[in-house]
Amino acid sequence: MRRVQRAVALALAVGLAGCSGWQSALDPHGTDAARLAGLMWFVMATCAAVWVLVVLTLAPALWRRRAPRPDPLALDAPRERRMRAVIAGAVGATVVVISVFTLTSFVTTRGLGVTGSDEPTIRVRGRQWWWEVEYLDRDPARAFKTANEIHVPVGRPVRLRLEGDDVIHSFWVPSLAGKQDMIPGRTNELVIRAERPGLYRGQCAEFCGIQHAHMAFLVVAEDEVAYARWLEIQRSDAAPPSGPEQEAGRAAFLSRQCAACHTVRGTPAAGTTGPDLTHVGSRRTIGAGLLDTTRGAMAAWIADPQTLKPGNNMPLVPLDADALRDISAYLVGLE
Amino acid sequence: MTQDHDAGTRDHQVDRTMLEARLAKTWRTDPGLWGALATVDHKIIGRRYIVTAFVFLALGGVLAMLMRLQLAGPEARIIGPDRYNQIFTMHGTTMMFLFAVPVMEAVAVYLVPLMIGTRNIAFPRLNAFSYWMFLFGGLLLWVAFALDMGPDVGWFAYVPLSGPQFSAGKRADIWAQMITFTEVAALAVAVEIVVTVFKQRAPGMSLDRVPLFVWAMLVTSFLVIIAMPAVMVASTMLILDRLVGTHFFNPAEGGDVLLWQHLFWFFGHPEVYIIFLPAVGMVSTMVATFARRPVFGYLALVMAMVATGILAFGLWVHHMFVTGLPRLGESFFTASSMAIAVPAGIQIFCWIATLWSGTPRFATPLLWVVAFIVTFVIGGLTGVMVASVPFDTQVHDTYFVVAHFHYVLIGGAVFPLLGAVTYWFPKFTGRMMSERLGTWSFWLIVVGFNLTFFPMHILGFQGMPRRIYTYQPDLPWHGLNLFVSLCAVMLVAGFVLFAVNVVRSLRCGVPAGDNPWDAPTLEWATSSPPPPYNFAHIPVVGGSNPLWESPEKLPVASGLCLDRRELIVSSVVEAQPEARESSPQNSVWPFFAAIATSVMLIGSIFTPWAVVWGAVPVFVTLVGWFWPKGTPEDAA
Amino acid sequence: MRDEIAADLSTLPLHGSGTASVTWWGTLAFILIEGTGFAVGIGAYFYLATVAPAWPMAAPPPDLLPGLIFTGLLLVSVVPNMMVARWAEARDLRKVRAGMVVMTLLGIAPLVARVFEFRAMNVWWDTNAYGSIVWMLLGLHTTHVLTDLADTVVLAALMFTRHGDDLRRYGDVQDNALYWNFVVVTWLPVYVCLYGVPRL
Ligand code: HEA
Ligand code: HEA
Ligand code: HEC
Ligand code: CUA
Ligand SMILES: [Cu+2]
Repeated sequence: MRRVQRAVALALAVGLAGCSGWQSALDPHGTDAARLAGLMWFVMATCAAVWVLVVLTLAPALWRRRAPRPDPLALDAPRERRMRAVIAGAVGATVVVISVFTLTSFVTTRGLGVTGSDEPTIRVRGRQWWWEVEYLDRDPARAFKTANEIHVPVGRPVRLRLEGDDVIHSFWVPSLAGKQDMIPGRTNELVIRAERPGLYRGQCAEFCGIQHAHMAFLVVAEDEVAYARWLEIQRSDAAPPSGPEQEAGRAAFLSRQCAACHTVRGTPAAGTTGPDLTHVGSRRTIGAGLLDTTRGAMAAWIADPQTLKPGNNMPLVPLDADALRDISAYLVGLE
Repeated sequence: MTQDHDAGTRDHQVDRTMLEARLAKTWRTDPGLWGALATVDHKIIGRRYIVTAFVFLALGGVLAMLMRLQLAGPEARIIGPDRYNQIFTMHGTTMMFLFAVPVMEAVAVYLVPLMIGTRNIAFPRLNAFSYWMFLFGGLLLWVAFALDMGPDVGWFAYVPLSGPQFSAGKRADIWAQMITFTEVAALAVAVEIVVTVFKQRAPGMSLDRVPLFVWAMLVTSFLVIIAMPAVMVASTMLILDRLVGTHFFNPAEGGDVLLWQHLFWFFGHPEVYIIFLPAVGMVSTMVATFARRPVFGYLALVMAMVATGILAFGLWVHHMFVTGLPRLGESFFTASSMAIAVPAGIQIFCWIATLWSGTPRFATPLLWVVAFIVTFVIGGLTGVMVASVPFDTQVHDTYFVVAHFHYVLIGGAVFPLLGAVTYWFPKFTGRMMSERLGTWSFWLIVVGFNLTFFPMHILGFQGMPRRIYTYQPDLPWHGLNLFVSLCAVMLVAGFVLFAVNVVRSLRCGVPAGDNPWDAPTLEWATSSPPPPYNFAHIPVVGGSNPLWESPEKLPVASGLCLDRRELIVSSVVEAQPEARESSPQNSVWPFFAAIATSVMLIGSIFTPWAVVWGAVPVFVTLVGWFWPKGTPEDAA
Repeated sequence: MRDEIAADLSTLPLHGSGTASVTWWGTLAFILIEGTGFAVGIGAYFYLATVAPAWPMAAPPPDLLPGLIFTGLLLVSVVPNMMVARWAEARDLRKVRAGMVVMTLLGIAPLVARVFEFRAMNVWWDTNAYGSIVWMLLGLHTTHVLTDLADTVVLAALMFTRHGDDLRRYGDVQDNALYWNFVVVTWLPVYVCLYGVPRL
């Protein structure tokens, strides 16, 4: 994955199409984003034309040859009249352009967020500075929570219920759809529909405090089969430890403060201050997009979250080297 | 009583030298510190105001460079997140509240009385008070920042982040109280301008002869008067929520988070036209002088400014397009926002027509006008883009918006301002600015600006949110960010050169004479810099371009007293003289009142009781301010 | 540039009154500022009322008596207020002095009722958002009563000094009367909000 990103970044650096990448509004992979990109190109092209016209009139206005005018007050009446007519025409053209813009905006907006009848509904709550993701289900027992990674089936609309838990955040996956704020005390809705399988990065767009910069997440769009399998795995409780190291890790995890803040389903750990860790090992990143989920990264995070993400809400829990090794082994193993 | 002063010496009873000596004595500012604290001369206060605002520009610019330094590379560790958040908040707050709005009002404080041919601004003591409040508010903010207590919640301080639960300490209170200081200052100036323009115009300057810069400031002042109370109410609510436990913005107790946004932007959107309209006035003035013809479409320009002012109150929601408001309502705000393109277009078209049919002279101020048109139109058009709801859902809170507003703020307001400084510098100081240095700084700033800010549009499309202190290396943003940061150096070099030009020209610029540009408006009818009384005789106006209509001699009025500060009050529409009114004497009370008010306001950050005990000294100083002193000015 | 005398203004009065006075316009401008402040406050009241599921929130509607007394006193005060303005215009020093004393008393009396009004709201400022906005509107209006009262007291004192018998002072008295009328007028919509809306 990294390599792909690097390649994309390189392509950009070389100066190719200024606007592609995996978090780009002009490289749409979702139904809504595609509609938006279409509108944006149209509006931008028109505006570019307007600007060129303005500059093309300004240039001769400055540099055309003209007879000397010793008296500043002597005005050429017929020319004044002509200019008035031209300006009236330009104002008329302006009115036409903005009317077209308003109308196309309206039509585009109406075409956004089209849903079917039975789409998956996911509640996403923005929290300082991570994303709590809850897959809702008519049967509450089948609902489950995860964090910072949202899986969706390709080609199907997915309904997102956006809530702010503490302050305002904003949910934004540019390649799939426009953004929508997550506001405490309110619920907003957003429908996304990925048209191609892939990884789409999203990032909090509303300033939400000290770690607003590191509040990212991933949307994983996959085919129905993979999606269904993923759902099944996520619904299940955490896998039991698979070796002595993991065993010790679980014990250490449960006996330290970790369990007060984190939930690992199938164990007594049921804290809700931090992300649900039941299947943390299956997620591609930890720390809301901060680090790839490797054992080393896990250990580094647990050892010192405040240096990696200064000011975030997970404190440094002092652990000796063994406990640290065991816990990270345990967590990475929670797939 | 009435009789003695009526019998006092009149201006037609003495010769010119005597006249000027007597007036200079009556209107003088005493030397020394005391005199400086007590002066109510609008030129001295305006000059102070302008210089202070530029100091804040420089400070805000330094902060901008710190941000650019941090953002030049991914995961840079030069500035930590806490400091960065303070820095961008301070940058935005300083630029908007301590530079852009004050500097425009400051130029008006200096120029409006001169342009309409009067001797001082209305309520000169309020004017002095306004400056001190502005200065103390700015000091409050910057001292707090130096003590690591600078606000860190963004220049619009959204709740709940700025509320009691998520912003411990006094940082957000300092932001909110700084708002109070600067709004008091701005409102005071707005009142002065409105009354000066309505009531103190030279005889004969009917409304259709008022210079366009003055019109612009009149509309701006009304915007200030109607917009600023909203942010005062909002910041008061915020302080109350934080200090005494009210729940205006607390959803758990029936408050509402979006109430803040509505109140803030009901002010915040007009705010941007409060910055832009004075620039429109400056451009209209300079265009006429350097095209050597009256501006084309005077009436259309006035109507366009008034229309902008009215529309400004109907589009605040375009800052809230992604908060989830009803769609139909949002479409209305798309339409109203785009409608601003019509008056803006009329302005641009009229200026181009003026240049087309005039004979342009390419002095530096005109260069700034041209750069303004080319750049501002880009910013205006990106404004039209973000006014489209669907477009905005992608670019809101990204660097695209950062690009938009720097294009309109710098291209649309700072460029005209730099032109205006160059244009009126001879009037302010008696000396010309260097054309050579001026041209150099012009090119550095204009090219540097576009190279710095244009790529930000692309960064926005690439998904770079604003207000992030860093970004990860695997995101495709670092190339452009590095480029932007490097180009910002060029921009700064231009500003520094501009400052060098100012300082050098101040000392050894070519002496200017009264009217170096052969301009048509009244401020050029007096000496450069103007004497304390502005005009030895109040001018009488017979047209829109008095100095072009009668280049050799200035029609004036006589019959004013010399031994009290006298000026003419005239009727609102026709400017028929109504009275020979007196203008207040120097007084140090406004300074004391500002100190007392500052103590009360700063105290109230810490305890609500400060409002109670703090009101006592405020009351005392106000009584001192208004109590009659038996000077000739009290005569009626 | 040579000055050329084109008009003689020596016969103009030394001071303008009414619409020829800059302070009159200044007062009007401040009234506009503060009127906008009230409008914004009332707007916020309705905004909160609209988003709230119930209004008033968790509180009985305010008791009517103190508010009625306050309103009554304000309305009554308008009469002497207008008379003072008229006397000031006629430059009748004796009557103006008496009137200013009356207006001082009529500034203090409603404040007494106001204290009970805060109580009559049946909610504290920190109970919920309803309490907050109600207290804020009352507070905002009380500030205006207080500042105008302070102004009235100082002016009344001035009228008893040697500076009293002066066109400028009479103008100040008129402006002060204008401002008091504004304080009364703004109270009416606030009154409707505070006492009427919760009963709808
Ligand atoms: C001087 C300041 C200034 C000016 C003049 C403007 C002018 C405009 N602005 Fe801008 N704006 C800001 C300062 C300014 N703005 C700031 C500071 C912010 C961000 C605040 C923050 O979030 O921190 C902002 C944000 C902002 C937003 C919110 C974006 C977001 O947060 O997502 C929007 C949305 O509608 C907007 C729209 C407009 C429009 C439509 C204009 C119009 O007035 C532009 C009109 C001008 C033209 C259109 C060009 C000239 C016209 C012609 C040549 C005629 C032909 C034109 C056509 C055919 C279209 N602005
Ligand atoms: C008028 C307003 C104004 C001006 C002029 C500027 C000027 C600049 N701004 Fe700023 N900016 C804002 C208003 C302004 N800005 C606002 C409102 C925000 C939003 C804040 C928020 O999100 O809360 C913002 C945000 C903002 C950001 C986004 C930060 C973020 O979201 O994380 C960035 C990033 O690059 C930036 C950069 C710059 C740069 C490089 C300049 C350069 O142009 C600066 C160059 C100028 C100088 C370096 C000064 C040199 C001057 C002198 C030497 C003066 C001479 C002195 C005398 C004559 C006495 N600005
Ligand atoms: C006081 C609460 C608290 C305690 C105690 C705590 N955490 Fe956390 N933890 C959090 C929060 C909050 C986050 C989210 C941080 C962020 O991304 O901003 C988090 C994030 C994490 C993550 C990354 C999850 C993800 O998907 O991004 C891991 C792994 C983790 N914690 C493990 C631990 C371990 C192991 C311990 C004990 C040694 C521990 N935590 C103790 C609050 C806590
Ligand atoms: Cu969450 Cu920014
Ligand atoms: Cu706006």
